[in-house]
Amino acid sequence: MKLLSTKATCNSHGQDSSYFLGWQEYEKNPYDEKKNPKGIIQMGLAENQLCFDLLESWLNKNPDAAGFKRDGQSIFRELALFQDYHGLPAFKKALVEFMSEIRGNKVTFDPNNIVLTAGATSANETLMFCLAEPGDAFLLPTPYYPGFDRDLKWRTGAEIVPILCTSSNDFQITETALEEAYKQAQKQNLRVKGVLVTNPSNPLGTTMSRNELNLLVDFTTAKNIHLISDEIYSGTVFNSPGFISIMEILKERNCSESTEVWNRVHIVYSLSKDLGLPGFRVGALYSNDDMVVAAATKMSSFGLVSSQTQYLLAAMLSDKKFTKNYISENQKRLKQRQKKLVSGLEKAGISCLKSNAGLFCWVDMRHLLCSNTFEEEIELWKKIVYDVKLNISPGSSCHCTEPGWFRVCFANMSEETLKLSMQRLKAFVDTTINVHNQSNHQSVKNSRRMSLTKWVFRLSFDDREPCGER
Amino acid sequence: MGLAENQLSFDLLESWLASNPDAVGMKRNGGSVFRELALFQDYHGLPAFKNELVKLMSKIRGDKVRFDSNKLVLTAGATSANETLMFSLADPGEAFLLPTPYYPGFDRDLKWRPDVEIVPIHCSSSNGFKITMPALEEAYERAQRLNLKVKGVLVTNPSNPLGTTLTRQELNHLITFAVAKEIHIISDEIYSGTVFDSPRFISITEAVIDRNLQETDLWSRIHIVYSLSKDLGMPGFRIGMIYSNNEKAVAAATKMSSFGLISSQTQFLLANMLADTKFTSKYMKENQRRLKKRKDMLVSGLKTAGIKCLKSNAGLFCWVDMRKLLVSNTFEAEKELWKKIIFEVGLNISPGSSCHCTEPGWFRVCFANMSEETLQVSMRRIKEFVETILIIGNGCSSKQQQRSGSVIGKWVSKLSSSDPEPDR
Repeated sequence: MKLLSTKATCNSHGQDSSYFLGWQEYEKNPYDEKKNPKGIIQMGLAENQLCFDLLESWLNKNPDAAGFKRDGQSIFRELALFQDYHGLPAFKKALVEFMSEIRGNKVTFDPNNIVLTAGATSANETLMFCLAEPGDAFLLPTPYYPGFDRDLKWRTGAEIVPILCTSSNDFQITETALEEAYKQAQKQNLRVKGVLVTNPSNPLGTTMSRNELNLLVDFTTAKNIHLISDEIYSGTVFNSPGFISIMEILKERNCSESTEVWNRVHIVYSLSKDLGLPGFRVGALYSNDDMVVAAATKMSSFGLVSSQTQYLLAAMLSDKKFTKNYISENQKRLKQRQKKLVSGLEKAGISCLKSNAGLFCWVDMRHLLCSNTFEEEIELWKKIVYDVKLNISPGSSCHCTEPGWFRVCFANMSEETLKLSMQRLKAFVDTTINVHNQSNHQSVKNSRRMSLTKWVFRLSFDDREPCGER
Repeated sequence: MGLAENQLSFDLLESWLASNPDAVGMKRNGGSVFRELALFQDYHGLPAFKNELVKLMSKIRGDKVRFDSNKLVLTAGATSANETLMFSLADPGEAFLLPTPYYPGFDRDLKWRPDVEIVPIHCSSSNGFKITMPALEEAYERAQRLNLKVKGVLVTNPSNPLGTTLTRQELNHLITFAVAKEIHIISDEIYSGTVFDSPRFISITEAVIDRNLQETDLWSRIHIVYSLSKDLGMPGFRIGMIYSNNEKAVAAATKMSSFGLISSQTQFLLANMLADTKFTSKYMKENQRRLKKRKDMLVSGLKTAGIKCLKSNAGLFCWVDMRKLLVSNTFEAEKELWKKIIFEVGLNISPGSSCHCTEPGWFRVCFANMSEETLQVSMRRIKEFVETILIIGNGCSSKQQQRSGSVIGKWVSKLSSSDPEPDR
């Protein structure tokens, strides 16, 4: 008898992809300023480590929040027992207000329509369970976060059909691409239930334009399908154009409760990126559809947020003085850091997509490819991981249609480390260009072939921790 | 009295917290580990926490079994653990056998998203609701007649709602059955720390070892579910886990735990608390002592009302026999009785039918989620109610009958048909 389920033994968790293999190499040889200065620098991890000092200072000034106390009195008992899947009211209130603040208070959210989940990972999967039957499909613009292959498809049985975006227009979503994707789904006999976008985009680091958002509303209205907007990076917008939430668009278009589209727009959020707290597992989904909220609320039983954590963050986010300062300071530091990466890359003769958000840049290394193929992209990636010793994410792992693009994170390391990584990259590029300019092409070919074999054997396929990094 | 919470030992926990501010303040040796914890989302779990958990699990089993932290998968509560096991072991449409009566939440946790079927193993009061070989065989045959592929048996030991530990004989029946049919055994041992009386708790692992089956196929088909929600009374913190000897199951469940990880803040706090083994030993002992005392209070209170319960040695509730209060041996009569107890007596208890019990008239009554005084009030109310029923039953004035009849009518219409959130 087959011991385990099909889900347990298949590969839909997607963790054999190159995205996660770079991880393994990093784990074997991680950079440390003092202990391992020649190690691999992690630039594949979209973490926000820039503002911990602000959080720590708040915690020191507010010991009651972590100490299970309210006005000096212990509420440990109350919290230890609190497992209501409707969530801690104080936390939901503070969270929706925080979400509003991030959107410049242009939209407000109703705490009754928010469902708390153990991370956005759980929120996205839950939405799939609520909106799609096994075999139904969601359309996603490429490139997209590799984790979606697991989160949206694995246990739900849903399918992803890509909306192909290209560098010709900076990877923006077009009407043609949407229609093309829809047709593609139909060809595969897949019923399309909706579109899921990440705004700001991972891995592009750009906010969606008003034009794109209106296109999406037009398209999903015409096809009578859902629109999920994963706004997990909404608090990381550090430059113009500002962030326009899908809710703002609905408001502008007068799509209120009386319209159908109102009930088909859902937002996913989390404190993992804006506040840099992925370990605390704080995610949420927001929907105007009461039935979706009701179903998702019950499903959240399978991934509730610890009441200890809900209480701490309720206190923190209720401190409006703190949140105002945090939001602006966080954006300032991200902007500064992104600038350093961009200029460092520039010095190496590498450009990136102009970005205004996120914890990473979408870097154009097409000119470093020997040929415009994904095989070459992987070869280049391997060189960067093993020789340059930088773990960055190849565009193919994000389902990008054009070879040569890489996602490079900038907010998960110190300034010095970032500087070092740029030095290494420049040295590599200079060497590569010199090598290309040498007349002895044969030796280049040989060394590449030899190194190919070496790397192919070094790659192991046993499952290692990918940590579900976005 | 329908909420299986353990509120008896918070003072012990609070006192530990007061003496150990670092655990709460996310500090280690005076230095802040906030940053480290905030970033820690490794689905392999906080190593320190898992190490303490397997030691605790061992201690609860009288150190008769050793556990390996590499085989432990952390999940956001046992709710998540059970669902994850279903996703890992069964395909949609396959079935698990469960002895009745069982925790109502299983209907959601096992069946809803994983799409697994539950086929009941009928247990009856004739033998104290113990699992028998014929009952197991009968359930298996019934599943086959329904064209359902049986992947395993899931038992809760100690039992919810019975409050009893599985006997050695029952465990052996399960093992023999699982070997013969080549199926899994999931043992939900969420109440293992609440065993307050003899016979002692025998874990499925111990029973398998005693049968010398560790080197056989069966070993990789044994899975345990545990949680700190009942023993430590912390359901709000969402601490659950799966323990499995099956490497592939551990690997799959680990990845699936991404959808329900435990907050690192909470993992850190509990890792520290459990590392204080002097405290945990004292806690477990004292907790069990208080549970026993409280259960005895409930049992004697029911006795004075002329109501018996199943002899129990664990859990946070008693399985109460109210069959003689039924007007007829039907589930309709059980529902009527239940409504009376809620609306007239003012006690929320759980009717056996909600636990899929095959015999009407049994109720689960919790004793650990209220103060002693409140428990005494509830016993007084029951006593009064039973006396009233017996008077009416003995054919007193029709006026009294009419009055109680109209009272029932009013409240029946007030009753909404939606079932509230089932709690263990």
